[in-house]
Amino acid sequence: MINKAENRRSTGGKLVSSGNRNGFVVFDRVQKSYDGETLVVKDLNLSIAKGEFLTMLGPSGSGKTTCLMMLAGFETATNGEILLDGRPINRIPPHKRGIGMVFQNYALFPHMSVGENLAFPLEVRGMGKSQREAQVKRALDMVQMGDFANRRPAQLSGGQQQRIALARALVFEPEVVLMDEPLGALDKQLREHMQFEITRLAHSLGITTVYVTHDQIEALTMSDNVAVFNDGVIQQLAPPEELYERPANSFVAQFIGENNKLEGTVETIDGERCTVRLDDGTVVDAQPVNVTSAGERTRVSIRPERVESNPQRLPEDAHLVDAEVLEFIYMGDTFRFRLRVAGQDDFVMKYRNAQDQLRLTVGDKIRIGWLPEDCRALDI
Amino acid sequence: MAQADARALANGAEPAPTDRAGRLQTADGVPLKTALRRAERRRKIAAFLLVAPLLFFILTFFVFPIAQMMWRSVDNPQVVRALPQTLEALQDWDGSDVPGEPVFAALHADMMADLERPRVAQAIGPLGIRLNYELSAARSAISRTARQVPNFEAPYRDAFMDSHRLWGDPALWRIIKREGRPLTSAYYVAALDREFDDQGNIVRRDENRRIYVQLFIRTILMSVAITFLTFMLGFPISYYLSILPMRYANLLMICVLLPFWTSLLVRTSAWIVLLQQQGVINTMLVQIGLISDDGRLSMIYNMTGTIIAMTHILLPFMVLPLYSVMRNIPPSYVRAAKSLGATPWTAFRRIYFPQTLPGIGAGGVLVFIISIGYYITPALVGGQSGRMISNEIARHMQQSLNWGLAAALGTMLLIGVLVLYWVYNRLVGADSLKLG
Ligand SMILES: Nc1ncnc2c1ncn2[C@@H]1O[C@H](COP(=O)(O)OP(=O)(O)OP(=O)(O)O)[C@@H](O)[C@H]1O
Ligand SMILES: [Mg+2]
Repeated sequence: MINKAENRRSTGGKLVSSGNRNGFVVFDRVQKSYDGETLVVKDLNLSIAKGEFLTMLGPSGSGKTTCLMMLAGFETATNGEILLDGRPINRIPPHKRGIGMVFQNYALFPHMSVGENLAFPLEVRGMGKSQREAQVKRALDMVQMGDFANRRPAQLSGGQQQRIALARALVFEPEVVLMDEPLGALDKQLREHMQFEITRLAHSLGITTVYVTHDQIEALTMSDNVAVFNDGVIQQLAPPEELYERPANSFVAQFIGENNKLEGTVETIDGERCTVRLDDGTVVDAQPVNVTSAGERTRVSIRPERVESNPQRLPEDAHLVDAEVLEFIYMGDTFRFRLRVAGQDDFVMKYRNAQDQLRLTVGDKIRIGWLPEDCRALDI
Repeated sequence: MAQADARALANGAEPAPTDRAGRLQTADGVPLKTALRRAERRRKIAAFLLVAPLLFFILTFFVFPIAQMMWRSVDNPQVVRALPQTLEALQDWDGSDVPGEPVFAALHADMMADLERPRVAQAIGPLGIRLNYELSAARSAISRTARQVPNFEAPYRDAFMDSHRLWGDPALWRIIKREGRPLTSAYYVAALDREFDDQGNIVRRDENRRIYVQLFIRTILMSVAITFLTFMLGFPISYYLSILPMRYANLLMICVLLPFWTSLLVRTSAWIVLLQQQGVINTMLVQIGLISDDGRLSMIYNMTGTIIAMTHILLPFMVLPLYSVMRNIPPSYVRAAKSLGATPWTAFRRIYFPQTLPGIGAGGVLVFIISIGYYITPALVGGQSGRMISNEIARHMQQSLNWGLAAALGTMLLIGVLVLYWVYNRLVGADSLKLG
């Protein structure tokens, strides 16, 4: 097992500083350009501890696959260094890096049986037949596919192929495994099951995993650390909880989960607290994150489930805001309200579906508020 | 609303209607099988109508001519038609010496009978041609005799032997007796470089008269060489095309397809300019001193010429299937192999190459089968040593007019190709061919 607490401490919340060369996998000031005109990856610094499960999350085209390919050796870094266990690997060809990889389309060799697919990495390492067979069997059992050794990949379902791809990437006991959206093609239920399988395996084998996904739920549930990419830059590198609770900037706040955003100017600022005057004059409480002085423009961000419509649950001095219920959506486990707040029609509030919950109907005029630490004053 | 739902539910729960024998019926009481057949019939008719024109075309212009060709290779009506009485009289002949008077009398009667027939139905002319295939003086013997026959008087034996010495040769009589059947194996015997000896056994021809078997072997070897060369040239270029962006790939593909677009004659004259002894390549080699002036290479009007030209012509047939297969091999396979620890060469050999096999198979079969029956290029640039079996077939059809032999050679070629295809199918499986 890896030490989650340690990882969290080492990366907490801010952009990682450069020059940290202590991790097991290290990107040091890495830049990548395909065409010599634009940088697809801009000054990437990333340190991944041994046994850590790191997820790269980001919109399409943000450079995640490129990073993975540089680590695997299929693309060369235009500038900077990638280190594996302290050794620079820029000049080591892919087949000598000993990095396992699961591809998005699985890339199981269609002309070989499942067993042959798994034996392939052992064979090219010159392992003897009997040992090979034992190891293949162990790997297949590990993903609960022991009976499928003689099938062709084409005769397997998507989920089964996925497991075989995983087993094949693990069978030669690599220390690092890369996965590029491995669950993209699966349905929701299978995805969730495989998410669990993958994390279980990765942790029980103590493998350092770099995982790429579009899906933020996947990123949050599986990872020790999540690196949020945008535009070739890591926006935030943090454990899932911190990422969700304390997004470092507007992009992360918008990208992870749902967020209400309101724009305004900082009015007072006092350590961990500030007040922001919104553009229509309303004053709200917030925690300063990317603002340092009064008079700065800011965008405050608050999660729908942290909005409180019952003033009794808020501290005495909390600022309250007028709101009007525009829409009510029944979602089973939650209620969802669309409110007009400070002249904006897209403010969302979420309730848990519980017996004692306040009932609201469309047209109700209410007052809402939040704890200052739940509302973050970010960059604009 | 709720009521309607309930009824539908109740309906669904009822057992499906059946007739007395217990067969399923549709809601209208028609047996399900009949209804299905009726519904299928229209679809089948439509499908047939779509296929019919091509089917008709293929039957008329492909299957029928081929069947006719195969028939021609064994069809042997000439002797039977021209000499019915002679054949009957020859029944008791032991074949060792010139037959006796009754046979010659019958021959006379047959020839007289033939003169009675209208010109178009006369059988003696074709008989002469037919017998000439087996014995080269036979035609002149028969035509000369035919002119004198009305003046013959008994005893006919001497009269015939006077008119042409060949009538006194037992070999001619043996041939007449042997070929006096409606079907013959003689064309195949000849096509296999064999002949009948005096005892009627099939033996190999004299060394200097053997042509066809050697030509078949040469044709196959040349086709193998051409297939191999197109593969060696086509594989790398197909691979390169397959990894290029579409834009460039299409441009390069045009260069590969160029042979399809230029006239064969234009190309051939270009090759002649290029390859002949006083041609561009030879002159260049002499000038840079690689060969001496009297050592100029002969690269055209021989086997080299045929192989060079045909490799060029058939290259697209190798490149197109290879390219289409390679385009569809995602690069992630080779990457996966490398990430699993395979060197680039191992990744190519174990992962990439096996996946191109359907393309290699398709290209190889196409090129081989086309080249084994190729005619025009060997005829234009092949000279003597670059001839292929098709040229011999064409010669028999156009010059020697021995259609039976041409048909026998053609049939053997056809069967050879089918056998090769069958072997290929057993080894690789035809369903793995990928032609486009
Ligand atoms: N081989 C290449 N040649 C040129 N540009 C490329 C190449 N591969 C990727 N790019 C560009 O680099 C940028 C980043 O691509 P990358 O594949 O890393 O994105 P990604 O984050 O993996 O996106 P996605 O989530 O859609 O997979 C994109 O703008 C893409 O167009
Ligand atoms: Mg990607």
